[in-house]
Amino acid sequence: MAKGMRVQAKSKNGVTQVKALINHPMETGNRKDKKTGKLIPAHFIEEVTCEYKGEQVMLAEWSGGVSKNPYMAFKFNGGSADEMVKVGWKDNQGGNDTLDVKIK
Amino acid sequence: MSMKRRHFIKNTLVGGAVAAGAVAMPQLAIAEWNKAAFEAKSVDDALNALVGASGMEDSAEIKIKAPDIAENGAVVPIQVTTSMKGVESIAIIAEKNPVPLVANFKFGANGAGFVSTRIKMGKTSHVLAVVKVGDKLYSAKKEVKVTIGGCGG
Repeated sequence: MAKGMRVQAKSKNGVTQVKALINHPMETGNRKDKKTGKLIPAHFIEEVTCEYKGEQVMLAEWSGGVSKNPYMAFKFNGGSADEMVKVGWKDNQGGNDTLDVKIK
Repeated sequence: MSMKRRHFIKNTLVGGAVAAGAVAMPQLAIAEWNKAAFEAKSVDDALNALVGASGMEDSAEIKIKAPDIAENGAVVPIQVTTSMKGVESIAIIAEKNPVPLVANFKFGANGAGFVSTRIKMGKTSHVLAVVKVGDKLYSAKKEVKVTIGGCGG
């Protein structure tokens, strides 16, 4: 269920910044369908991970309170150009995706 | 209809495989999404469920970058920076959201104390950044005025 994800990783002065943009509806489960009046079932990303050299450098847990088509960025110490980072996510309906990106 | 069923089965299988993979990864040893914390309706409950404590100390070393006035509550950019060392996690909390805890970022030993994301805000409230260092919690807050809420339908 890959819906598309963009990841960019940049290393500067020994610190790597990873930015990710994921296509996802991020439904909280509290919103109503305007036509039917029924609640739209919750569908949001629960977990985003980032691995560097086989180690998890970041694990984010999200609620439906993160905006639709979420953007996130974080930094970790280490990492240099041409090394790889792996970013992955999974949602509450079992959807998931991963992407390997080369650090610039 | 059959499409849906197929997707469902496929996703269940894939999800299962990912869960199994997560268990095998020792680094940050978190097996499951913290349901209790993300269902908590108050800031204290959320923090208790998340890190087992809600006592926080204000810290000037945490900086929140967020708009003073958010025209659209559905997309409020939040950036948290801290100069503290040994940051274990950074949580972003919108005090008056139906589910206050928006996101919790956990780091390995090499975390650099910076996260940025975009959140939804139901109405004008404080945004809290809670940083965990060792056993202690430090926080900073900033008020964001919301003109159009981002949680309604």
